[in-house]
Amino acid sequence: MIPASFDYSAPETLSEALQLLGDEEAKVLAGGQSLIPMLKLRLAQPARLVDLDRIPDLNFIAEDNGTIRIGAMTTHHQVESSDLLAENCPLLAKTAGHIGDVQVRNRGTIGGSVAHADPAADYPAALLALEAQVKLVSASGERVVSLDEFLVDALTTSLEDGEILTEVHVPVEQAGVATAYRTLIQPASGFAIVGAAVRLGVSNGNVSFVRVALTGVGPKPYRASAVEQALEGGPANAEAFAAAASHAAEGVDVLSDIHASAAYRASLAAVQTRRALEDAAGSA
Amino acid sequence: MATTTTAPKLKTHVGERIRRTEDPRLITGVACYLDDITRPGMLHAAVLRSPYAAANINSISIEDALALPGVKAVYVGKDVESVGGVPCAGSMPDLRIPNHKILAGDRVYYVGHPVAAVVATDKYIAADAIERIEVDYEPTELVSDPEEALQEGAVKVHPEYPDNVAFTFSQEGGDVEEAFRQADVIVKEKILVPRLAPMPIETRGVVAEYDQGSQELTIYSSTQIPHLLRTQLALQLNLPEHHVRVIAPEVGGGFGSKCNVWAEEALAAFVAMELKQPVKWVESRRESILVVAHGRAHVDTLELAAKNDGTLLGLKLHILCDIGAHHQLLTPIIPTLAVLMLPGLYKFRSFKADLIGAFTNRAPSDLYRGAGRPEATYVIERMVDKLAAEIGMDPAEIRFKNFPASTDFPFNSATGLQYDSGDYATAFNKALDIVDYKARRAEQEAARAEGRLYGIGISTYGEICAFGPSPATPAGGWESASVNVEATGKVAVMTGISPHGQGEETSFAQLTADALGIPMDDIVVVHGDTAKVHYGIGTFGSRGISIGGSALHLALQDVVAKATKYAAHMMGVDAETVTFEGGVFSSEATDSTLTLADVALEAHLCRQLPPGTEPGLAATRFFEPSNFAFPFGAHICVTEVDKETGEVDIQRFVAVDDCGRIINPLLVEGQIHGGIAQGLGPAFQEGVIYDDEGQLLNGTLMDYSIPKARNMPWIETDRTETPSPVNPLGTKGVGEAGTIGSLPAFVNSVVDALSPLGIEHIDIPMTSQSIWNAIHERSRT
Repeated sequence: MIPASFDYSAPETLSEALQLLGDEEAKVLAGGQSLIPMLKLRLAQPARLVDLDRIPDLNFIAEDNGTIRIGAMTTHHQVESSDLLAENCPLLAKTAGHIGDVQVRNRGTIGGSVAHADPAADYPAALLALEAQVKLVSASGERVVSLDEFLVDALTTSLEDGEILTEVHVPVEQAGVATAYRTLIQPASGFAIVGAAVRLGVSNGNVSFVRVALTGVGPKPYRASAVEQALEGGPANAEAFAAAASHAAEGVDVLSDIHASAAYRASLAAVQTRRALEDAAGSA
Repeated sequence: MATTTTAPKLKTHVGERIRRTEDPRLITGVACYLDDITRPGMLHAAVLRSPYAAANINSISIEDALALPGVKAVYVGKDVESVGGVPCAGSMPDLRIPNHKILAGDRVYYVGHPVAAVVATDKYIAADAIERIEVDYEPTELVSDPEEALQEGAVKVHPEYPDNVAFTFSQEGGDVEEAFRQADVIVKEKILVPRLAPMPIETRGVVAEYDQGSQELTIYSSTQIPHLLRTQLALQLNLPEHHVRVIAPEVGGGFGSKCNVWAEEALAAFVAMELKQPVKWVESRRESILVVAHGRAHVDTLELAAKNDGTLLGLKLHILCDIGAHHQLLTPIIPTLAVLMLPGLYKFRSFKADLIGAFTNRAPSDLYRGAGRPEATYVIERMVDKLAAEIGMDPAEIRFKNFPASTDFPFNSATGLQYDSGDYATAFNKALDIVDYKARRAEQEAARAEGRLYGIGISTYGEICAFGPSPATPAGGWESASVNVEATGKVAVMTGISPHGQGEETSFAQLTADALGIPMDDIVVVHGDTAKVHYGIGTFGSRGISIGGSALHLALQDVVAKATKYAAHMMGVDAETVTFEGGVFSSEATDSTLTLADVALEAHLCRQLPPGTEPGLAATRFFEPSNFAFPFGAHICVTEVDKETGEVDIQRFVAVDDCGRIINPLLVEGQIHGGIAQGLGPAFQEGVIYDDEGQLLNGTLMDYSIPKARNMPWIETDRTETPSPVNPLGTKGVGEAGTIGSLPAFVNSVVDALSPLGIEHIDIPMTSQSIWNAIHERSRT
């Protein structure tokens, strides 16, 4: 459990970090909760680690004009305990509280987690439901892309060589929208076997707004559009939730591994989606 | 046998909830574990392990590794042929012990089999160098599954043993065929008890140092058995035992996995002697999960014969134990304990057990907390529940019906054991009262009416521990203790047990403080160093307090007797008139008194040595028990199963345990809590998973799930105290009881919850997926 040899840099500015990343054998360290174990198992053997931990500009949570910007190096614990998020984007705060354990939440960062793109990570479910965007910065410029576009496949993103994910953008939650996150975890890792995030607005007994996203089910977290379509404009009741939730894994290449078969995962996707819808409806 | 619910308060320490004296150094991080040890010029070793479950080794190229700066040496099998093999203590007539070399020769037999060792100036270089060794493996056919291994025409793990049979063992009592003829009802089940990784938080490790001048080899090892290890290393390395010193520093958990003699221990010793430099090897977590002998590993087939009124008549058991490719120290012995304890707490009239150990291309299996008794308790408690369900009897009632009465003790079990003492009904009634059994059954009825899956699981367990009478144990069952009252009046206690978390530094100090009337602060309990404690067996099998504590009790008696002689002589009175109370000697014949310190100083100065008395105030005693001890208890678990997800909510867990007389209730409860965690693990989460290629699929803690704090239920503990007559303290042992007793309660509870769906058994681990599968299959059919 000893990593292969590597160089380590801890720049104090983003431009220094970008410069160091010019070396294509370099890899960004952003909390290390996934990368360090991979290094120790020698599954990753980068020549250099560029630690973003000492760049003060990457750790913040700020709101302007209805968008909340979260610095990449903001820890899960900071997200979980942020008053700003609790008030303006409760789904993200409550999802952060589900991640790993206290130690992981104290070290792990939102940018590190999103860029790692683990198909069973908790954040993407909430972030997809929130239609989040990520800001990617390189030496030659910057771009903002939707998370949906950013996540390509398991452990694969559209991040280019030399780019650093610097911010996650989520909207201030709409008035009248209630949220919920339901998960069933793999007991060893704490990752989601299935996690379902829901944003639900109800008006006059009907669904006026709904976003549903799932993690853990397929090779990448996804928006469950079939569930959303089934609910949109229809009644917000238990029967409708159950019927809609049955589409939760529709069209998804459901994962199967030693912890959960595809059939179990697909069933859980429907159950957890339904329960998250009920939770949201109950808290509205 | 008298049963009391609270310990009689004898003195000021024994029976009290005294916090562990070990804890401050452990909690504040100043304690010295194996990896904290550093020696001048110390080198670091790493072990290359086979990635194949079965392969011939055509060649090994070590040049690249040796070329790495900092690498001192690389060893392969042929370099260490002079070192004796890994020992196995089994003794069945047909036991087959394949040559178990410390490094593989021309063949590997399991994934993780040690193939080569690198020694370097630091552990990082050693780890890099390992990757530079090129082994030309020629993978061969293999057999991973134990049932397949015994089939006709199966691949042979060892060509010399073509049937893959490692050993067999049979035992029979009463007329089992007659019992089955008389039976009204026969229930059958095949029960899997999967392999478990012992998972001590501190992995294995060893530091070896050789002094060329004194020719003394010092081995620091994270072990439970320093003295047995000393003997074995002396044999393996052909050294006189007096030239080998074994030190067990702080040991961060063993759970039986360090009650073994490991290849890496002899390997480190050999390297230190070869290179004439100290060397350290510390196991990685991945190695630990891969090769540290897995526990359990049974495929059990049972048949239980009974009367319609619930009277148990006879039991047939076939155990197939997956022993892996090689034996470790106690591999063949552990499943025989499962046979011995098969009757549990019940008055079976007859039984028949056949045990077969099968070689497979997997890592060796061996003892793990409970060692044979969890397997026995699990299957008998499952079968009794299954019978109760079959004949429509309450699972509590069927147990009461088959217990021996408290007046039946000592009770002779169907397997020929003599249970020392017991009062099973009292402990069970207490557990039923605490959980309010009738109310829970009523709640269950209401829950079922709503379609909810609510279960109540009972385990009334018994176990065999305090190992043990020497004739019945492979390496001696006695224990030693020395007490030395120093000239200043402080006391050193040297014990042959080797505590590694059990807390005997505290409980032994409690015994000593009461016997000598001095504060615990004046006592040090020394263990785990063969140069300080000359003889011992070690800590395993819940034996520390009963065997080691009894030896201490005898030594303390001797010290008091000798001190009394001195005191009488010093006071000028007849020894018979002297009493010793609260650390003070007094006599009705004189007004003067003496403290133990006064007497100790005189015993060392010897200005007025009593006639016929030797200087000093010390005693060494050995204790040999007349029998094992047999703790027992009742665990009750209340659960609700989520029908849609298969998740289990543990609502209540009640544990009433009887481990004989109690020295420190706090330590007992700690053992019960930890033990229950290690029953919960296999019940719901744990189990090593091998594929057909013999590869371990869940070889990291991201995939192998040990219980975490969030998984643990609130545990409601209580106890009865039925003293054991087989040792002077009346203690039994509690290190394994929680693990043994809890597993069946968890499983019986879940099966009870699922029973309205027609589910009669579910194998462990009962993961949410496996429960969901069981529910799903039922709802489909």
